[in-house]
Amino acid sequence: MNNPPHFKGFSPIGLSEEKLPVIINFEEYEAIRLSDFEFHGHVGAAQIMGVSRPTYTRIYESARRKVAEAFVQGRTIVFEGGKVYFDSEWYSCNSCGCWFNHIEKDQKIENCTLCGSTYIEQYSDDSQKLFAKDCCVCPECGYEKLHLPGAPCKIEFCPNCNCHLVHKGAPTSEGMEKQ
Amino acid sequence: MKVAITSTGNSPESKLDSRFGRCSYFVIYDTISNSTEFIPNPYKDNIEGAGQASVQLVASRGAEKVVSGEFGAKAKLIFDSLKIKLVILKDPEKRISAIIELLNH
Repeated sequence: MNNPPHFKGFSPIGLSEEKLPVIINFEEYEAIRLSDFEFHGHVGAAQIMGVSRPTYTRIYESARRKVAEAFVQGRTIVFEGGKVYFDSEWYSCNSCGCWFNHIEKDQKIENCTLCGSTYIEQYSDDSQKLFAKDCCVCPECGYEKLHLPGAPCKIEFCPNCNCHLVHKGAPTSEGMEKQ
Repeated sequence: MKVAITSTGNSPESKLDSRFGRCSYFVIYDTISNSTEFIPNPYKDNIEGAGQASVQLVASRGAEKVVSGEFGAKAKLIFDSLKIKLVILKDPEKRISAIIELLNH
């Protein structure tokens, strides 16, 4: 995404009771910005965000529902998280609940910077897994190719059988190695 | 090693300040001598550039690690270039003494 919001969210005027906030992910914010502020079509907006058109529509749908929920129920809106790529590696610690970055990439990281626990995980793992789910596969020989967001699988050709590829849910480990 | 923590007050019982550039106090904790120093943030009410100025302050005290609730994009860039590690703790109820305890693992 190009433009993260430069503020953290919205709160309703004149409500004293604290309700749980609605959390809008950055990609949902971006979807609303592209569609309703810059007036891009779903196809164009999906290409800008680097996701497929159906994925974009799903993100946009979810964003609109969240906005409506906040409006109707008078809830606070908080912009947070989502599948965002960072410039440096970020880790989360399951022991103390903090987030920390790791600058020296050549050194392996094993402990939480704050509490020293080894119970840590890398943030980007999750989004990479989700990304790897999308795969184009050859119906004849099983050749697999990573699916390009926004490009239909049928425009890709199998280099062995020269036939159209079809969409596949999750890649097999052998298929990934072939690439 | 020195660690900077953003604090809402000037005692170890104060809570973590969730903002970095506009926090009330910086706590400089030395893990070797086990000493703490509380510095009031002079850039707290800056209209602009509080984040960057605070980075300079923290870096000039020799901190190698910074614990706060959130970092701005500009502050993060400078921290990265200075090779200072960032720790984000999304718990505004955490007390400074508890964070120091965590650091003494």
